[in-house]
Amino acid sequence: MDFLGILQILDSTVRLATPLLLACLAGLYSERAGIFDIGLEGKMLAAAFFSAAIAYTTGSVWLGLLAGIAASVMLSLLHGLASITYRGNQLISGVAINFLAAGVTVVVAQTWFSIGGRTPALTGGARFYEITLPGAEALSGVPVLGPIYAELISGHSILVYVALAIVPLTWWVLFRTRFGLRLRAVGENPAAVDTAGVSVVGMRYAAVVICGVLCGLAGAYLATGLSAGFVKDMSAGRGFIALAALIFAKWRPWYALYACLLFGFLDAAGSRFQNIETSAMLVVILLGAVAAGLVWAGRKSRLDMAVMGGIAALLIGVIALVLGGVGLTGTATIPVQFMQALPYILTVVILAGFVGKAIPPRAGGEPYVKER
Amino acid sequence: MGKMPKWADIILIPLISVLLALIVSGLVVLYIGENPLEAMAIMVRGAVGSAYGWGYTLYYATNFIFTGLAVAVAFHAKLFNIGGEGQAALGGLGVAIVCLTIPWPHWSIALIAATGGAAIFGALWALIPAWLQARRDSHIVITTIMFNYIASALLVYLLVNVFRVPGSMAPETARFAEQMHLPSAFDIVPWLGFRASTPLNIAFLLALVACVGVWVLIWRTRLGYEIRAYGHSQTAAVYAGINPVRIVMITMLISGGLSGLMAINAVMGEAERLVIDNVQGAGFVGIAVALMGRSHPVGVFLAALLFGALYQGGAELEFEMPAVSREMIVVIQALVILFTGALDNLVRMPMESLFLSLRRRPEAAAAGPVPKRTDAGE
Amino acid sequence: MTQIAPAIELKGISKSFGPVQANKDISLSIQPGTIHGIVGENGAGKSTLMSILYGFYKADAGEVFINGTLTPIPDSQAAIRAGIGMVHQHFKLVENFTVVENVILGAEDGAMLQPSIAKARKLLTELATEYGLDVNPDAIVEDLSVGHQQRVEILKQLYRQADILILDEPTGVLTPAEADQLFRILGRLKDEGKTIVLITHKLREIMDVTDTVSVMRRGEMTATVKTSETSPAGLAELMVGRKVLLEVNKQPVTPGPVVLEVSDLKVVDHAGVERLKGVSFSIRAGEILGIAGVAGNGQSELLEVLGGMRAATSGRVTLHGDPIDLTGQSSDGQSRRARGIAHVPEDRQAEGLIMPYEAWENVAFGYHHDPKYQINAILMNNAAIKADCADKMARYDVRPPNPRLPARNFSGGNQQKIVVAREMDRNPDLLLVGQPTRGVDIGAIEFIHEQIIALRDAGKAVLLVSVELDEILGLSDRVAVMFDGHIMGERLPDETDEKELGLLMAGMSETKGAA
Repeated sequence: MDFLGILQILDSTVRLATPLLLACLAGLYSERAGIFDIGLEGKMLAAAFFSAAIAYTTGSVWLGLLAGIAASVMLSLLHGLASITYRGNQLISGVAINFLAAGVTVVVAQTWFSIGGRTPALTGGARFYEITLPGAEALSGVPVLGPIYAELISGHSILVYVALAIVPLTWWVLFRTRFGLRLRAVGENPAAVDTAGVSVVGMRYAAVVICGVLCGLAGAYLATGLSAGFVKDMSAGRGFIALAALIFAKWRPWYALYACLLFGFLDAAGSRFQNIETSAMLVVILLGAVAAGLVWAGRKSRLDMAVMGGIAALLIGVIALVLGGVGLTGTATIPVQFMQALPYILTVVILAGFVGKAIPPRAGGEPYVKER
Repeated sequence: MGKMPKWADIILIPLISVLLALIVSGLVVLYIGENPLEAMAIMVRGAVGSAYGWGYTLYYATNFIFTGLAVAVAFHAKLFNIGGEGQAALGGLGVAIVCLTIPWPHWSIALIAATGGAAIFGALWALIPAWLQARRDSHIVITTIMFNYIASALLVYLLVNVFRVPGSMAPETARFAEQMHLPSAFDIVPWLGFRASTPLNIAFLLALVACVGVWVLIWRTRLGYEIRAYGHSQTAAVYAGINPVRIVMITMLISGGLSGLMAINAVMGEAERLVIDNVQGAGFVGIAVALMGRSHPVGVFLAALLFGALYQGGAELEFEMPAVSREMIVVIQALVILFTGALDNLVRMPMESLFLSLRRRPEAAAAGPVPKRTDAGE
Repeated sequence: MTQIAPAIELKGISKSFGPVQANKDISLSIQPGTIHGIVGENGAGKSTLMSILYGFYKADAGEVFINGTLTPIPDSQAAIRAGIGMVHQHFKLVENFTVVENVILGAEDGAMLQPSIAKARKLLTELATEYGLDVNPDAIVEDLSVGHQQRVEILKQLYRQADILILDEPTGVLTPAEADQLFRILGRLKDEGKTIVLITHKLREIMDVTDTVSVMRRGEMTATVKTSETSPAGLAELMVGRKVLLEVNKQPVTPGPVVLEVSDLKVVDHAGVERLKGVSFSIRAGEILGIAGVAGNGQSELLEVLGGMRAATSGRVTLHGDPIDLTGQSSDGQSRRARGIAHVPEDRQAEGLIMPYEAWENVAFGYHHDPKYQINAILMNNAAIKADCADKMARYDVRPPNPRLPARNFSGGNQQKIVVAREMDRNPDLLLVGQPTRGVDIGAIEFIHEQIIALRDAGKAVLLVSVELDEILGLSDRVAVMFDGHIMGERLPDETDEKELGLLMAGMSETKGAA
């Protein structure tokens, strides 16, 4: 692959990482305040639809963005109502919000546009377009740095730069302001915040609303930046991957950026290469190494060995199929479905904690009940 | 003493919650520009107004009983299994493999073998999330969701590349052999008016057996005692010598197996081949069903009936009111999860104070019966 | 007596939780610059009253006057504005924050943190010298000892310029030496004109440090007296409403053969911290070994390892000479019970009982493999369990004697009786018992103590862990003191006193013991 090819993959990495990053930071605010949110997915989806729908009807992507944020914040407030005011189960509330968004977007899309639960394609002022940073044209002739600036750094939609700017901003808010101190405290020990005379409910609602705004940005970017319109279920699990990235990032803003870039890269690589043709030997060695690693990881207990050994046996079965099919010197095809599933598989691997164990905010998921 | 009588807790509150969910759904229908009452009438008529409707209602309900029981069993151990969708899909794979590889001579033998295949494949798909929860403390909600996506990719791959009938474009397996055809309601009880095309089949009876089995498991066996204890308090379970790893693994395997059994109804009973997306959201409906049914098999059965009717009624509604899209069912399902699950206290708190104020007057009467009964026994 | 307005004056405070009346028409007046004690049994309403004063609960009726002015306190914010600070029994600290972050939380000067932190750091240094409240402002709270964490709580209140300081059971987690230090600090605060309210159930503390004392019983304020004009026995009688025997009656010890032998037991927890650092001791038949110590010095881990709840890292434990598996691979609470080890855990609500389970289900808890509770290999015999439960409830005086009542609906004392009935009724060879009377009313305390003595008199071995020195000294035949994962020394209860045990509890090793 040539230099430009690599740049293009990295370029789409940044694009595809942006919605993940926004959702991940959204989750960061919420979970740092002690509210688990598996409804990121639904909020993104709702924002994607309403931003596209309003952008289409008004012709203004900015009004669309506002509508997307408003929709997402509404769902956030619903989550707040259930998990803060009524002290309900935060996981169940998140699941409900995901389904609600999945259903409402299609029902309303059908009512408004009657084209099978989609919005019409967005054009003109109804979309976010790439902006060219100053000097990109002039510098593009400079070897190496020129193309990097022109292709990778310049030429993204404004929301990409906004997302990147929110990373340091979030760090600053969390660790340098009164609001951040209280936000983190309410996720660690709400009783400490309560007895200090600060409203736990107020802090948590604030966090949930910020989460809604960021999910709104993420969803709007999906429908008006990354693609040109809304289609059913277009968030495609990104909200859950963002959650995994958040855990991987140990609830820290800069790590969140890196984690999301990693997932963005996988997504970019997966969609660029469909059926990958590669040397069978490489596949066999890789699968063999993973199988050996699993068996090694399972050495500590019988149960671990049974589970890990089972997966390893499956992998060895695949190896046998490859060897039987094309031989060691042949060419093996990595199916497109595997590449599509890769982000989800990686999420599971990351959650397995083989790559570092994270300590979540201690009061996370627990409704706050005053006690003596 | 409890704040409310038991019947209020297990019947009244879920009913009010479902009513609220339906009212909000009605508002959505109103917004779309249709008459919610008329829509309701169409749905009720479509779902239970004819043997045809009943056939579909009970067919859908059978799916939801399995997935609802799956979620319910996991709930008892405080595990939130959102992976029903993937586990049921893999159950379908198990059924297909069993039915396509061996030419079973009779449907009854095939049913037994396929039940095993469905349960084992469903359970195996829950195995890794279970292990990750038990041994690595990975959040089972996220891992089971990821396994749904992975299952769907896996099934597409297998149906396109492995099981597809040569020469056919459709990503689906060959039809199962004729002698494996499960008796449908038309075969068993034709006098009830079922037509030959009814999807309702003998798997409905299997679902009823599963309800009884889960009831016995949870409330009458030592394993169920341990599962519930673990669900209420993990530290206490360890104190009592209950192995948390064992409980998480076994509970999730049972849960995954129950999800997988759905394929007996949908794949073996109805489609008679494995197609892409054989689950069609039933795994997710199971969550609403379990929440509404308070994780009790009787409740799950009733909630599954309601959702079966909603699905069948919804299909009729889409036919008669094209403006109302089929996704309306997903909205109703979301609202039921919201009101019966997350917003439980919205209904519970006012009800508790209501019962408290009702009780305060005849205080002696409320406190009386409890000690009296033991006095009489002595 | 001068005519200054009282610092705190409560008039006719009442508060109900559902059908339970926690505070009934309480009136109280506390002079500024004094230390006022409030004593009472568990559930007497002390904490509720103070929570009302701190704005945590709203009173149903009554008025609060601060320094003579009527001051409504709808929330904690209002309490803080009125100059009231509260040090809770369970600290309200953010454990992974620094000391200075905890101090400024909720009392920051502006939207930016930096100025507040600089100011707080300076003030902390001043307060440290002024009151002897020495804490490193940049230390992470969870790395501090419990005594220092409590100082952070006090510093928090002083940073908010509290004039009235309420302390809820402040010495429960302290060594006697730390408690003395706390009281010296409180004395200095009092000299500065601060008003201090001390809630405790330890009568000696009341006698030592307070100027005046109020007694609460069943939600009512039964008396307010000058401390100098009362006695521990008099206060106890006011608390319970009848004469109380503060001593436990028991026969002299006649120890038999060794039942439990523990040697060089080590435990490392999940976080990699060594909790037991080589513990050795033995218990004979017919003997109670009491383990004294401040909470968190390894006693809980010791009980958990012996009870099969936690694996040991190394060491050897034998029961009647036969080794016990400590790795957790082939052992758990089940196999311990099978060997005749019963365990009354420290925290009955989190460990010993399943709170939503009905009493009969709890009576089988841990013994649910017992053949007499089974119909066959799969099904349990619920009827047999219910019958057994009714029988145990009658014999152990559990009230109400209703097997169908969920555990959470019993009082603390009756919950503990259910646990005690379940564990002791099987006549175990070894009884592990942790904090047997925590949160239990005096009547049940006497009953539970009698049961433990009876078991010992029947020739069984008992390992008793308690943070209550009185309980340890009253029940034990031998006392071992734990500090920082070590056993600092063993004493006979008749030949030691609280002072010596206190030194051991603080980690001062064998100063007198060598003599």
